[in-house]
Amino acid sequence: MDVVISGIGQSAVGRRLERSGLGLTVDATLEALADAGLEVPDIDGIATYPGFRPDMPAFSPVSSLDLKEALGFRLDWYSGGLEGPAQLGALINAYAAIKAGLARHVVCFRTVKEGTGGAAWKQSSLPSTERTRVSGEFQWILPFNAISATNWLSLYAQRHFHLYGTTREQMAQISLNARRNGALNPKALYREAITLDDYLSSRMISTPLCLFDCDTPSDASTVIILSSADAARDLKSTPVHIDSVGSAIHGKASWDQADMPSMAAFDAGRMLWSRTDWKPADVDVALLYDGFTFLTLTWLEAMGFCGVGESGAFVDGGARIARDGVLPLNPHGGQLAAGRTHGFGFVHEAVTQLRGLGGDRQVAGDVKLAAVGAGGGPIGGALLLARR
Amino acid sequence: MTTPTYQRTLPLLDDSNRFFWTSGAEGELRLMRCQECGHWLHPPGPLCPVCRSERLAAEAVSGLGSIETYTLNMRSWGPGLEVPYVVAIVHLDEQPGLRLTTNIVGIPASDVRIGMRVRVTFERDEDVWLPLFTPA
Repeated sequence: MDVVISGIGQSAVGRRLERSGLGLTVDATLEALADAGLEVPDIDGIATYPGFRPDMPAFSPVSSLDLKEALGFRLDWYSGGLEGPAQLGALINAYAAIKAGLARHVVCFRTVKEGTGGAAWKQSSLPSTERTRVSGEFQWILPFNAISATNWLSLYAQRHFHLYGTTREQMAQISLNARRNGALNPKALYREAITLDDYLSSRMISTPLCLFDCDTPSDASTVIILSSADAARDLKSTPVHIDSVGSAIHGKASWDQADMPSMAAFDAGRMLWSRTDWKPADVDVALLYDGFTFLTLTWLEAMGFCGVGESGAFVDGGARIARDGVLPLNPHGGQLAAGRTHGFGFVHEAVTQLRGLGGDRQVAGDVKLAAVGAGGGPIGGALLLARR
Repeated sequence: MTTPTYQRTLPLLDDSNRFFWTSGAEGELRLMRCQECGHWLHPPGPLCPVCRSERLAAEAVSGLGSIETYTLNMRSWGPGLEVPYVVAIVHLDEQPGLRLTTNIVGIPASDVRIGMRVRVTFERDEDVWLPLFTPA
C-alpha cells in the first residue's frame, strides 16, 4: 500500500513566542488538517519525535498523548521516541504503520521551544556549575568538555578538511545560500543576505565552525500528515508520495567512534537509493539538514549528489546549490535562516515545493522529485518524495 | 560576588567502567580486551563483538596514538569554563578503529595537528583519572 503526505502545517516560528508548546502543536495540526481536508475523527494515528522529554522540556515539550487529549483524537496507533533514524524516524514509523494497516491517517509532529529555552547553560542538555555525573555514551565525551554538538561536529568537519582539502570558504556557501533563500521566505527568522566576509569575520565557536555555521534555536511546531494512498484519494490537497526511505545504521552507533568523517547519513542514503528506480540526478530539489553547515556537506555526499570528499568542491561558489542551480538546496533557507524546526521543516518545504506553492522562493520548472535528509553523527534518516 | 569555577562533568562510576576511569591511578590506561581473540573493546560491552566471547578483561594499552581529529573550542559553555581548549579524538596504536575523545594538553593549541603522535597523561578529578594526551 502506497503512503502519501496528505497535509502539512506549521505554527508561527519565532525566537521567543508566548504560546505554549502544546498551543503551537495544535495550531500546526489544525492547519495540516485543513490543508488535507481531513477532520479530527479521520485521524487514527500520531507519531512524534522524540515525545515529551522531561529532562529537556525546551527540546521537546509535547507528548503524543498531550496532542491526543487536546484535540480529542481516537487513536488506533501512536508512537514517539528518541531512538530511530533521526527526526524523520517519526515519519518512517508512521509510514511503516500505515503500510502494516495499523492506521490510515497519521499526524506526525515535531515541536520545539528552544528559542525560549534561555541561556545555553540553563538548558539541561548542557552542564551547570552544579557537579553532575553522566553515564551512557556521553560519559566518553562530556568529561573532556566536548559539551556542545558544535564540538562534536567540528571534529568531523576538521577531519574532512584534512582529508579532502575542504575549506571554510566552501563550507560558507551553505550558510550564504540559506540566507539568500531565507530572504524570500516570509517566515524565516533571518531575512538578510550575508557575504563571505560576514561569514569569515564572525565569531569562531569551535574550529572550524563559526557562528554562521550553526542554526538558530526557535519556538515552532511542524506537522506532516501521512495517509494511505487509498484513503487520501478524495482529499483536497495534492498528494506527495513517499517513494523511498532510508533508515539504516551500519557503522558505530556513537558520536566519537565512527570512521570520521563518515556518518549514519551514508547508510541512510545507500538504503534510500537501493529501493527506488530514481537516481540522484533526477532530484529537482534537495532539503538537507543544516543544523550545522558541515552536516549539509555530509548529506550531499551521503545522498550521492557528489562523490565522497567532493562536497566542498560541489558547493564552491554557490551556483550549483542556488535556486536556479543544478541542485536547488533548502529554498526556504534551511534551519540556518528559517529556524531550527528540527528536521520537520525540510519535509514541510519539500511538500511545498513539490506542490509548486513556494511563492517567491519556488524553484523554477516542474518540480517532481525531492530528497530529504535529516540528522547527524550516529543518527540519520532520509526520504525520497515524489509528485506523480 | 565570586566568579564560579567551572567543573567538568564526570562519569558515573560503576562495575562496567571503573577500570577505565581509575586505571590512571597506577599510571596506565586500561581498556577492555577479549581474552579469546585479542580484540580491544571500547566503549566496554558485555561480550566481544568480533568472536562473541564473554571472556573479557581490562588490560593496559601502550598509551600511544595519533590525533585523528581535533577542534579548538573558543566559546565558554558555562560560567567559569576557561577557553580556548583542545578537544581531540586520539586513535590508539593498538588496533584500527580504537579511539578516545580527550583533551590535548602540554602544548600551545595552535601547534596541534592531525596525525601528531601523542601519549597519555592523567589528570585526577575526585575519584576519576581523566586520560588526556600530550605530544609523545
